[in-house]
Amino acid sequence: MEFIASILMSGISLGGQYALIAIGYTMVYGILRLINFAHGDVFMVAGMVLIYMVASVPWYISIPLAIIATILLGFVIERAAYLPLRSAPRMSVMISAIGVSYLLQNLMTYITAGQPMYYPDIPFLSDTVPVFGTETQWAKLITPVIVIVLIVALTQLINHTKIGMAMRAVSKDFETSRLMGIKINKVISVTFIIGSALAAVGSVLYFTNFSVIVPTSGALPGLRAFVAAVFGGIGSVPGAVVGAFVIGICESIIRGTSFATFSDAFTFALLIIILVVKPTGLFGEKITDKV
Amino acid sequence: MSTGKNILHVENVTMQIGGVVAVDNLTLDVNEGEIVALIGPNGAGKTTAFNAITGVYEPTNGAIDFLGKRMIENHPQGKMTKIYAGENNGVYKNTIVKTPDKITKLGIARTFQNIRLFKGMTVFENVLIAKHLHQTGNLLSATFRLNNKEEQQMRRETLELLEMQGLAHLKDELATSLPYGQQRRLEIARALATKPKLLLLDEPAAGMNPQETQELTAFIRQLRDEYDQTILVIEHHMDLIMDISDRIYVIDFGKLIATGDPAQIQADPKVIRAYLGGDDDAEN
Amino acid sequence: MVNQKKNIKGTLISILCILVFMAAVAVLENLNLWVPASSLPKWLKPTSMLFTVLKKGAVYSLIAVSLNLLNGFTGLFSLGHAGFMLLGAYTYAILCTPSSVKDTVYYKYNGSSVNFSMQEFYQSFLGNETLSMILGVVTTMILAGLVAALFAFLIGLPVLRLKSDYLAIATLGFAEIVRALFQWEAPFWGRITNGANMIKGFPKFSDFNIENADGKVVFYMSTLFPFIVAAVCIAVMVLIIKSTYGRAFRAIRDDEIAAEAMGINLAKHKMMSFCTSAFFAGIGGVLYAMYSTTVQAKPFTSALTYELLLIVVIGGIGSVSGSCISSFLFVACSEWWLRFLDKETVIGGFKVPLLRDGFRMVVFSVVIMIIVLFFRKGIMGDKELPEVAGKIKNRIFRNGKKSKGEAEK
Repeated sequence: MEFIASILMSGISLGGQYALIAIGYTMVYGILRLINFAHGDVFMVAGMVLIYMVASVPWYISIPLAIIATILLGFVIERAAYLPLRSAPRMSVMISAIGVSYLLQNLMTYITAGQPMYYPDIPFLSDTVPVFGTETQWAKLITPVIVIVLIVALTQLINHTKIGMAMRAVSKDFETSRLMGIKINKVISVTFIIGSALAAVGSVLYFTNFSVIVPTSGALPGLRAFVAAVFGGIGSVPGAVVGAFVIGICESIIRGTSFATFSDAFTFALLIIILVVKPTGLFGEKITDKV
Repeated sequence: MSTGKNILHVENVTMQIGGVVAVDNLTLDVNEGEIVALIGPNGAGKTTAFNAITGVYEPTNGAIDFLGKRMIENHPQGKMTKIYAGENNGVYKNTIVKTPDKITKLGIARTFQNIRLFKGMTVFENVLIAKHLHQTGNLLSATFRLNNKEEQQMRRETLELLEMQGLAHLKDELATSLPYGQQRRLEIARALATKPKLLLLDEPAAGMNPQETQELTAFIRQLRDEYDQTILVIEHHMDLIMDISDRIYVIDFGKLIATGDPAQIQADPKVIRAYLGGDDDAEN
Repeated sequence: MVNQKKNIKGTLISILCILVFMAAVAVLENLNLWVPASSLPKWLKPTSMLFTVLKKGAVYSLIAVSLNLLNGFTGLFSLGHAGFMLLGAYTYAILCTPSSVKDTVYYKYNGSSVNFSMQEFYQSFLGNETLSMILGVVTTMILAGLVAALFAFLIGLPVLRLKSDYLAIATLGFAEIVRALFQWEAPFWGRITNGANMIKGFPKFSDFNIENADGKVVFYMSTLFPFIVAAVCIAVMVLIIKSTYGRAFRAIRDDEIAAEAMGINLAKHKMMSFCTSAFFAGIGGVLYAMYSTTVQAKPFTSALTYELLLIVVIGGIGSVSGSCISSFLFVACSEWWLRFLDKETVIGGFKVPLLRDGFRMVVFSVVIMIIVLFFRKGIMGDKELPEVAGKIKNRIFRNGKKSKGEAEK
């Protein structure tokens, strides 16, 4: 019982962390039809920035600063690497995203001199608390709460503000929205800003579970979050959240068995099955080609 | 000229996309050696009918026979059983579905309303591609050039077609660098290269100037008179249609409203109403 | 036809260029046998980075061209190449590691279940050791390609129906699954794959050097060998691209709907291209294993595929010679020419800022980003070397220089 409780709990918190990353993927895909391969690395950079910040300023200042820095990074990436390719074929944009990912990883390797960086103990978040007879970190406990709060806020933003309406319009029809006078670039920037901010929050919660980060630490959680986004139906925010919780719980169940090596393989197998059976995911919309 | 032998028989075809019935219970026949026109106001469902014939879409209900053999048959399935709004529900029991390439192999070739040439290829290669379906080699024999004879034959025939279309001198140009009118002709040449028994032309004169349209009219007639090519054509150019068609089908809102020879159609009050109430017929 | 004659002439010239280039490689490599070591410049010594770059460049050329066949010529955006390479590399390592070595390599599993090697199999009835090794390696290469192609077929059945970016992510997932599978530590499986541990002891490039009875090298082949294999494979791929099937692939790339309307069976042709590409990636995996002398699942990550994809992009999507040239440039820059960026340098008492470990890769990735963003066509665009050379010739009347890389057409 305790075992099951602890697995479920870590699964839910993992799912929440993936959800925060997955939203970034799904929103960008919804608007630009781009798999932002660099998103996982943005997530990693957020963790690195926090490490460097904590070394000089207290954590309650450094966390907001790290989030702001990540937002800035996401914004700059979009402006520098995706904006010039707005009219290029989709493959070019995807390759540019891969290039950005390559650059961020190499840049972080250079800055950290190839050394694994120790993730700081953040007071409160890293402290342990007994639940159902097992010890667990506060970070795990509060993750679902933070995720729910952020997602409610995000849905409010998307459904009830002007910029949210613009986002929905752009994701429905890019060209028409442009003709209707929506400032496409502004909408896209806001999307990246939201995605990066959520990824930064996710990074604080996620990396608290680990003692060190290396420049490739973002790649796998990024991919898993992406799978979650596809699972839920890419382009749909609630879909990404549901998908992320499913992936997170599955992953922690498998990690508890003797097939731990296959936890990522399982995630990807799930991805392939979903793509084959229902390419649009759980909540995705069908798009048909016009002949 | 027409021998009267039936080539294409479209029977009670209904295409329902979501809640919209794009083609409603359409029945249509094309006989050997004929030029048959399918006309109607914009959005009447003409291209959708083409897409059903060429296998791009599966019809929701109905059947299509080609050369006396059943080629396509379908009936409402899944969600469609509940929301199906067409006629003849329950008449068709089988599901026969073919992909577009199979249908092209059977002998139906088409052109597209919005020109779809292969962008990265030359004029020559664009036509040569259409010869691929008749080649008998496999990947290995083609790789090691064991099929050289066949390849040479394909190239010769391609050149002949280009000469016939008056495009031979442009054969090494990129297809997309041609002017609009010539791109349309190239598309027709490409469709002819598959050696079709039935050629479907989707608005072949769209975007052409009057002189080009005249040339095209002459060319389509030449195809029928000299090469015995059977043609089904969609077009908005009434001059062209009235000039070359043996028979005309008029559809509006997916439904067949009139059929007959050009003179009958011109006099039909239903057709006049559909056009006056609908779209301008002389938009091109 | 005139066109035909021109084609034949072009083909002959290209073959000649490749032969001349390979002869040059052979001469460079063997210079140290004929010329006293003291008179050789540093970059021609057998230990020079030049030969590492040439070897790795040849290996990468083959793999990059196979990726280009898929991404550039068929328009299928696949990110599963690391997986196919891994399958090829493991097939080779399992079948070509001599059984005597296997006991020590597989010590964790008390020996291997595959208790033979291809070389030993041939030697049992041929006798000749060198011949058996060559036959064994070549047979295994083809087998490795077939294994990769078989897996491509199996994964292709479900995923090739997917559209561009979904296909990319599904194939990426496939590669990760394969990688996890080859790190599995189960006892019965470990006796085949050696779990997450490395396999070594199989023939590598240096085993192809020709030695005399005393074991002294009389002719170096270690750089030439990957060139021969890569050239043969790339030549076959060029033949495919130029064949009627290659045209069908390009038609699919340009417009799927029109291609289908022209009677091209999409599923069949996509599968063909996918399996062919995987076949050559498998052979590329064998060469990669020979180059790195050990095989382990760890390096076959998606990062490897990304690297190859970037090579293809830099060379020009849809250009075979572009992929080859960019492979050599990519390898040379990342392994050799930009090395100085990694060293702390002091010029005239002034320490050059920024230069230290890792800076090379930063500069390198910035350069790649610049190419991706501002020179989207890459080095060659979708043109081939003879075409470009012809244009240059027309411009300055004389064929200036023969560029390196395998020229085709």
